[in-house]
Amino acid sequence: MKLTLKVWRQKSKDHKGNFENHQIEASEHMSFLEMMDVLNERLIEKKADPIAFAHDCREGICGTCNMVINGKPHGPMKGTTVCQLHMREFNDGDVIVIEPWRAAAFPIIKDLVVDRSSFDRIIQAGGYISVNTGQAQDANSIPIEKDVAAQAMDAATCIGCGACVAACPNASAMLFTSAKVNHLALLPQGQVESSKRVRSMVKQMDEEGFGACSNTGACEVECPKEISIENIAAMNRMYIAAVVGQQDQV
Amino acid sequence: MINLDPKIPKGELGEKWTQYRGTMNLVAPNNKRRIDIIVVGTGLAGASAAATLGELGYNVKAFTFHDSPRRAHSIAAQGGINAAKNYQNDGDSVYRLFYDTIKGGDYRSREANVHRLAEVSVNIIDQAVAQGVPLAREYGGLLANRSFGGVQVSRTFYAKGQTGQQLLLGAYSALSRQISLGNVRMYNRHEMVDLVKVDGKARGIITRNLLTGKLDRHAAHCVVLATGGYGNVFYLSTNAMGCNVTAAWRAVHRGALMANPCYTQIHPTCIPQSGSYQSKLTLMSESLRNDGRVWVPNKVEDAEAIRKGQKTALDIPEEDRDYYLERRYPAFGNLVPRDVASRAAKVACDEGKGVVATGLGVYLDFASAIERYGKGEAHSKGIHNPGKDVITKLGEEVVAAKYGNLFDMYFKITGENPYKMPMKIYPAVHYTMGGLWVDYNLETNVPGLFALGECNFSDHGANRLGASALMQGLADGYFVIPYTIGQFLSNEIRTPKISDQLPEFEQIEKEAQARIDRLMNINGNQSAESFHRRLGAIVWEYCGMSRSEAGLKKGRQLIRDLRSEFYKDLFIPGTKDEFNPELEKALRVADFLELGETMMVDALDRNESCGGHFREEYASSEGEAARNDADYTYAAAWEWNETEPVLHKEKLEFENVELKTRSYK
Amino acid sequence: MSLTGLFLITFLPVHLLGNFLLLAGDGGEAFNVYAKFMTGNPLIKFISIGLYAFIVIHAIQGVIVWRVNKAKKGSRYAVQAKNTNWAASNMGILGTIILVFILIHMYQFWLKMKLGWIPPVTIDGVEMSNLYATVSGIYSNLFFVIFYVVSMVVIGLHLSHGFQSAFQTLGLNHKKYTPLIKALGTGYSILIPLGFAVIPVWMYLAQL
Ligand SMILES: Cc1cc2nc3c(=O)[nH]c(=O)nc-3n(C[C@H](O)[C@H](O)[C@H](O)COP(=O)(O)OP(=O)(O)OC[C@H]3O[C@@H](n4cnc5c(N)ncnc54)[C@H](O)[C@@H]3O)c2cc1C
Ligand code: SF4
Ligand code: FES
Repeated sequence: MKLTLKVWRQKSKDHKGNFENHQIEASEHMSFLEMMDVLNERLIEKKADPIAFAHDCREGICGTCNMVINGKPHGPMKGTTVCQLHMREFNDGDVIVIEPWRAAAFPIIKDLVVDRSSFDRIIQAGGYISVNTGQAQDANSIPIEKDVAAQAMDAATCIGCGACVAACPNASAMLFTSAKVNHLALLPQGQVESSKRVRSMVKQMDEEGFGACSNTGACEVECPKEISIENIAAMNRMYIAAVVGQQDQV
Repeated sequence: MINLDPKIPKGELGEKWTQYRGTMNLVAPNNKRRIDIIVVGTGLAGASAAATLGELGYNVKAFTFHDSPRRAHSIAAQGGINAAKNYQNDGDSVYRLFYDTIKGGDYRSREANVHRLAEVSVNIIDQAVAQGVPLAREYGGLLANRSFGGVQVSRTFYAKGQTGQQLLLGAYSALSRQISLGNVRMYNRHEMVDLVKVDGKARGIITRNLLTGKLDRHAAHCVVLATGGYGNVFYLSTNAMGCNVTAAWRAVHRGALMANPCYTQIHPTCIPQSGSYQSKLTLMSESLRNDGRVWVPNKVEDAEAIRKGQKTALDIPEEDRDYYLERRYPAFGNLVPRDVASRAAKVACDEGKGVVATGLGVYLDFASAIERYGKGEAHSKGIHNPGKDVITKLGEEVVAAKYGNLFDMYFKITGENPYKMPMKIYPAVHYTMGGLWVDYNLETNVPGLFALGECNFSDHGANRLGASALMQGLADGYFVIPYTIGQFLSNEIRTPKISDQLPEFEQIEKEAQARIDRLMNINGNQSAESFHRRLGAIVWEYCGMSRSEAGLKKGRQLIRDLRSEFYKDLFIPGTKDEFNPELEKALRVADFLELGETMMVDALDRNESCGGHFREEYASSEGEAARNDADYTYAAAWEWNETEPVLHKEKLEFENVELKTRSYK
Repeated sequence: MSLTGLFLITFLPVHLLGNFLLLAGDGGEAFNVYAKFMTGNPLIKFISIGLYAFIVIHAIQGVIVWRVNKAKKGSRYAVQAKNTNWAASNMGILGTIILVFILIHMYQFWLKMKLGWIPPVTIDGVEMSNLYATVSGIYSNLFFVIFYVVSMVVIGLHLSHGFQSAFQTLGLNHKKYTPLIKALGTGYSILIPLGFAVIPVWMYLAQL
């Protein structure tokens, strides 16, 4: 199939970006990223600058790949990362617009590659259970209801890709943050510090420059792991309770 | 020859670790604060090590080329992690896990290391659960287990099909906590490009800041490498795109030894290559072989017709199908170990019976399972004389409940519905048992240089059992290195802070810079990617599923030629002083080009077949692997040398298990 | 936002009930009495000041959120995908229209009444403003009828997102009850504006 790609090119955060057009012949069996590989090989042959894009596992789990395809983070297929998207989702003659994640807290590094270290700092602010190696008791000493464990697992499947931020008109990181807060708060091991955790993670999230949630629900629609916005409500509830009941400083 | 002392502690096998740990030298807390440790790599092994060393009070600097520790390749592990918990009361024990691992590794690993691994396996699960890793549970609220290939007990813990992800996120959270406490300084997007030795000891590294291209010096009292496996030397593998050998290989250039590089694991159930543009291969979990039947057409004409698209699997009548695993291995059938299943698929395709356009693919068919489950369901629902449609529908529901997410993944990638058409699969490179040679302390032959996780060679011998790589990475990081590193560091408490202004640092930085400049200045015509692809094809062809002396010799020459072409005709766009993924790739491919040759040399040296290493000359009359215990019960540790790598041997002593031939017939 | 929003949500049905007196068919007697009560009673006065304050705060909050969020987004996508419902991502525009509506609405009735521009009428011996006459005057003008109806649609859209959004923000969600809240929100945001919209249409038709 013949395709026209309009790809965002930007040398660095401080340069101005623009769209660049490319024609490409792709096979429907290719993955989207393989199509980009082919394009890059051609650019290199012409000694031109290949398009920088982020990727690693190419099987939908590492959370590295990030492209907004025709306005949709990770492209048109539901519950799928870009690396799992295949060209059979497109038709001969399509024009495909490819952009990076757009959010002030995800500055552009080059072309489609952005800096998501703000997510790491949110986790560092409290996305853990304070237990040192060797301090644990036997794993079966705390039974956890199967459904609760499953709910925690659902929240824990977040791959930290940032599509939720990219999709959100406010660039809010509530889905990402709440998934972690909720995963830990659901488990008895994690409940102990949950009030302090939610306060410090939300504080860090605000400091990183993410926008405020206005409940548009776009994050949930675009999340490749289909994380539910119920997590956001649950975090809001915990946050309000934590702030109202706050006794110490975070 | 370098004397490779494995430093195995004295005593009974089951007591070695406990006794050793109890009598080992310690570093007092006030001294720990003065000691700097560099950890390169923050996958399961590195993140767990960095976090634990930070908790102990050392000053840790951790490095990853990824943009975050959470992206390490460990994230992709699907199936599970073994531990000798015996929660199922099915007769499991530390000894059984030890024995299974030694046997699975075809008797080419070190007894003492493997036993220690089995011992600490139980602590890993406790630690993970305490960190909030949501491992699967039963209705009673206790942990669930599943079975994995090659063993007779249920000891595998899992978190859906995302065990590696959840365990890595656990280690990452522990690491994040130490970062926030200031005990660990994290350097993301920093790639180690060289190792610095001072007076023979590993004292630091040179890194390249991948955003700016700047080279930096980092000094410490010792260096820990946890940089993962080198499966990507094959170009196509189930590894993430970024996996590479550079850190380990740079260490080899500075005197460390590469042990058993030819031991690579080829996983039998992966989605076959679909075209020349293919960038990586995707694993389909081993668990599918519980219900899927592997076959190819009996007649080459049928296979040809299928490849041309004139026929499909459904057109081949039962009597014209060859369920070759069931035929050759009646006792284990479709559940033979990975190396055996992979080789059998290759044999079938070599006979011209492959069923995908490239000729490289066999069927994994669920039709019988669907029918069997469908009938069972119909019976239990009290449906008498169910029609074919009803059976199929009910059967598909059962299969979907068991493997739904894998079937979806298959569908996303291939566009074919595996409920209606048999899956097409082919073996693919998955794991590398070889790695840096380390002793019982996980220290390489370079004092002060340690290696953990997939990047060392320690525990899996010539073949790894499913669900034990995660176990080994976390054992090394959480429970072994925090102790054994003290053996080295307790002698360093008087060593002042290492300065990165020492002439050794200046010299190595210059050399690293020169290597980068050399590549940048070639200014030829071919991309690093294209060289990588060609290298992969050579290694796969001559040092893949089956190897022969003639092939290995030829392969070695081809790699040498390719390497000289690389240094003449490589083209890297952009400059060295910017974010330049093409330069990163080129540096890694340069190292793969040397490693690839070493693999051929190692495979040539090993005149036997064992585990993942199959030499055509050394097969039984039925085509099974034939070991030569008399001559090859050693770990082959290689010193790199442009003209002829040098072999150093560590003799493997088996005091507790008897060496037997594996049989699955 | 959620708290002020919820307060405004509770105000609407009260306002609507009063307004239904317009349709009492008694020539406006009940409505005028009600209007006098509403403007005279000190408690009501107090509440209404609170109401105005909430409207202002809600609007200011809205502007702040809109501006801050826009800055945090940085740049916009060249292609805008449909991944939310339209109202959810256009609360600012809807809110602005509603504010304009409120100003016109307040001018037409409340301000005129305050300034004593509304002709008096005597009911049961008490003299009071004939607000009813003013209302029916305005609602005889097709232009204003359409204006009011359109504004109600806008309010409906604003509510359709705002109602359940407020619950989400306050964390008041529950597997069992959230669908109920959503249904309630949808019902509310259709019925209340519909109720308001019926009045001008009815009065217009009645005067034809
Ligand atoms: C698809 C798949 C499924 C698997 N499933 C299972 C399973 O079910 N059970 C199981 O037990 N095992 C499984 N494995 C194997 C297992 O996942 C790996 O062996 C294991 O995770 C390796 O962990 P590691 O910490 O050693 O290395 P990695 O996780 O690969 O981490 C390497 C780290 O080193 C860093 N690094 C590398 N080079 C440099 C450098 N030069 N400079 C700086 N940093 C560097 C990387 O950034 C990364 O942080 C699977 C493997 C694959 C491919
Ligand atoms: S919540 Fe979903 S979209 Fe957001 S980072 Fe996690 S996986 Fe990505
Ligand atoms: S590349 Fe890992 S999720 Fe897409």
